[in-house]
Formats: sequence, C-alpha cells, structure tokens
Amino acid sequence: MPKVKVPRKSTTVDMTAMTDVAFLLLTFFMLATKFKPDEPVVVDTPSSISEIKLPESDIIQITLDKTDRIFYSVDGQHTREEVLKRMSEKYKVTFTDKQIKEFSLLSTFGVPIAQLPQLLDTKPEDRAKVDQKGVPCDSLNNELADWIWQTRLVNNNVRVAVKGDRETSMPVVKKVIATLQDKKVNRFNFITSMERPE
Amino acid sequence: MAEIEGGGGGGGKHKGGKKRGKKLSTRVDFTPMVDLGFLLITFFMLTTSMNKPQTMEINMPVKDEVEEKDKPKIKASQAITLLLAKDDKVVYYFVDVVTGEPGPPMITDYSKGGVRATLIKENRLRNPNLDSITVYKRMLNEGAINEEKYRGYISNIKSYKDGLIVIIKAADNAKYKNMIDILDEMLICNIGRYAIVDISDIEKDMLKTVNLQ
Repeated sequence: MPKVKVPRKSTTVDMTAMTDVAFLLLTFFMLATKFKPDEPVVVDTPSSISEIKLPESDIIQITLDKTDRIFYSVDGQHTREEVLKRMSEKYKVTFTDKQIKEFSLLSTFGVPIAQLPQLLDTKPEDRAKVDQKGVPCDSLNNELADWIWQTRLVNNNVRVAVKGDRETSMPVVKKVIATLQDKKVNRFNFITSMERPE
Repeated sequence: MAEIEGGGGGGGKHKGGKKRGKKLSTRVDFTPMVDLGFLLITFFMLTTSMNKPQTMEINMPVKDEVEEKDKPKIKASQAITLLLAKDDKVVYYFVDVVTGEPGPPMITDYSKGGVRATLIKENRLRNPNLDSITVYKRMLNEGAINEEKYRGYISNIKSYKDGLIVIIKAADNAKYKNMIDILDEMLICNIGRYAIVDISDIEKDMLKTVNLQ
C-alpha cells in the first residue's frame, strides 16, 4: 500500500495585522467623535434644508419635547457652576458643594429650581426614571427667563439654540420665543435634521 | 513574519543527562485581542456622534423699542399673510388694495404644490429678477462666480423694494414642525422679508369660518 502522507498545513492564521486594523479604527473613533450627551428625553426634530452648523461651544440649548416640557442645558462646567450659584442666590434655594459638583456634570435638566437639589441627589442611573416636569415658563413664574439671563451674565458669548420636537405645540414655542425676546435675545437658532431640497 | 522558534530549537538542542525544562511554544494567539478591539469599536460607534446638528438661524425684531408710527409702512399689495392652522394646513389671504379689508381665505398645505407654488407665483409677480436666482446658482455650481459674489447678488435680489413680504401667524393648534416647514419655505422660495407675529382675533374667526379653528 503506498503511503500517501497528506502534507499537514498549519491552521493558525497570524492575527497581528487584524489587531492593527482594529486599533486604528478605534483610535479614529476615539479622536473624531464626541460622546452623545444623555438627554432625559428623546426629541424628534423636524427637517429643514438649512445647512448651517451649530457652533461647538458656548451654547444654551432649550429642548422642547412633544409633551411641551421645557429642558434647559448650557455647556461648560465652569459656566454651569457659576449659573447655579447665582440662581440659588436669587431663588433662595441652597445647594451643597456635592450638589453643585453634580450639577456641573449634568447636561440637561427640566425641573423647577425648588426640585433641583432632589434631582441632583438621585444617582445618574436613576435619574432617567425621574419624571421631570419641565422648567416653568409661565407669566407668574418664568424660571426659564432667569436661567437664560444669568447664563448670559456669566458668559456673554452664548448662543441660544432651540431644539423642538415635531409635535410640540405652538403656544409653548411662542412662550419660549417671547421669553427670549424679553431677555434681549433676538438672534437664535432652531436645531433641525437634514433634508434634501426637492 | 514575527515567529519565535521556541519549541523547535529546544527540541534540537536537547542534551542527554542535563535537566532541561521543556521549552514551551511562545506563539500567542491574537484572536481574543481582535474581539476586544472590535467590541470597543462597536461601543464607540454607538455611543458617540460624529455629525454636528444642523440649525436654522432666526432673527426676531427687537421688542417694544420701535414706536408704532416709526414702523415702515408696507403696501397692502405687497403682503401675504399665512396662518398656520391645525392638521398641517395653511390658510392665506391678501389684504384687498381697495378696501383695506382681508380678502377671502384660501386653504393650502405644505406640499410642493401647496404653499410653495403660491409663494413662488406671488413672489415672481412682484419681483421680476427672481428667476435670475436659478441662473446665479448654476453659475456658482459651475464655478463662474465665487461664493461671496453669489451671496451679494442673491441678497440684492431678495431685498428688492417691491418684493413679496410674508407675515406668518401661527394658531395655537399648529405644531412646531409647521413653523419650521414655513421657515424652510422662506428659504426655498427666496423670500426677502418675513415676520413671525401673533395671531389676532379676526384671524381666529377667519379660521373658524373655514372650519380649521
């Protein structure tokens, strides 16, 4: 019987090149992207053909969700701390140092200032479950106006961006625009998604 | 290729008598490392975003500073009023030149043949230079003129003295996307002057008559 020896070939593949590719892609994503700030509410923005990009920093973002709640956010840790201290003086609500630190890390919130210490005390994982009622913007109690005013006092160059949901009703939008006009903000932006012009 | 001759060399140099530890192969299998790498990539792909959000710029007039008599008067023939009503409908009317009273309300919607067709038609009637905008756009795309010149030409055409002026009033049961859509139409139809104002009671009654209150 002729001995037919099947030549054994090595079955291991050298994975060195693959790891290089993987880490290259990883480095790209780490450097070219920014973490999406976790917002307490998901907003579906309407689309527009406008292609102006939102500036990177110094933005006040007023988010309106479809149930007409108003959420407020300003970027910059230092700005947030300063604004909180001023608001706490104005509204006579005290915050502990730990809460102030927590606030400087918080991106968006939507509660009246009286409930803010409680919100800051809940752990970030539990915060998503808290039902935030929205920053008040009524004629009697316009906290939104004060937040905007104090933020502009701290940082003069902030731009205001309004991010609304498609189904947000007009009265709330009108109230926000009237508040902005009242506080001398006459130039602001609406955040929209991309649309191809027909 | 980086390969370390571990096992083979040890076997060949084996000396009898001397106690030699069995040389183990030093080839490391990198497959789990690749898994880790791709896991991290997937994590970053899902939790970060590369594109910055788009925005539309809005300029509102300064409130309460201009006296009523100082506001520039607009001719009744120049203006069209758009009322944003519920169910994604737009009601528009012109002010009658002779009587000064609002004319009959017409209903349209946000589709291409709706409010856009009306606005383009009315703008074209009043602004004879409007069609040059498409010509300029083509010239820009071909590279015949640069961006700055293009913008200059466009703003000249848009600020034509007798061009269409649009007054936008939103009813309380309209949606935010209606307003964004209308502002979009302002950009698409190259409307030079428009304003967002509060709706009045007369107009609310007008909406009632067309069953869109």
